[in-house]
Amino acid sequence: MLTVDKLIEKLGLDVIELADGSREIKGGYAGDLLSWVMGRAQPDDAWVTIMSNMNVSAVAQLTDVACVIFAEGVAPDPEALSKAKMHGINLLGSRKGMFELCGDVKDAMLSEAHAEADYAETEERN
Amino acid sequence: MSEALHYHFDVDGASFANAGRASVETKKLLRQLGVSPEIIRSISVAMYEGEINMVIHAHGGDADVYITEDTIIIILKDVGPGIRNVEEAMKEGFSTAPENIRALGFGAGMGLPNMKRYSDEMHIDTKVGVGTTIELWYHLNK
Repeated sequence: MLTVDKLIEKLGLDVIELADGSREIKGGYAGDLLSWVMGRAQPDDAWVTIMSNMNVSAVAQLTDVACVIFAEGVAPDPEALSKAKMHGINLLGSRKGMFELCGDVKDAMLSEAHAEADYAETEERN
Repeated sequence: MSEALHYHFDVDGASFANAGRASVETKKLLRQLGVSPEIIRSISVAMYEGEINMVIHAHGGDADVYITEDTIIIILKDVGPGIRNVEEAMKEGFSTAPENIRALGFGAGMGLPNMKRYSDEMHIDTKVGVGTTIELWYHLNK
């Protein structure tokens, strides 16, 4: 299971606000148009964006994503941060560009899934 | 129809700071009532889009939530400019939002389409120069 904590460790992400590091990440979504994200991001996604205003925290809360990852070294506005603190939203950051960062998130998810499959196979053999 | 629970929220049109308050409060409320997460998500998304629309276009408005045993109805009412062409406004990507709104990440032309997508029934009553009322219906025993 890929948790927010594990993703931070694997990718060396900056922790901006960590409300619940044990949340599982089941998928990912990338985008900056909030309505688009609202309609398509799924609960427990890692959402990668460069949008930094307070509405990001509102959308994160309403869509129930596992965490928001700001790419390109973007920092959230103070209002976004305070909203995130208030509502228990995980905010992370990276200096990498969107494309590269999304690739890394996907790799982390795949390697976690492979590790789990290997583990299950070994268990079965024993 | 059995007695409905009714909750009212003022949607503050002054800024985006409070946009989403009604949907967030409703989300909490529905969670307490034990409504399924799927329906809660749909209602949150649709209602937030409605709130944002009211802030962008109509200087705010009223949001009312009615809950009965088998139906949840959200009524979003404003006295804004009205929607000139509903059919056009329902198309994904069509937007009349100004540039400064787009910079905030809105105005993608997804508001009404998202509201339709995330409701069982949507009814729009709008008149140019008078205002818009949108009803969102959710059937709990599908």
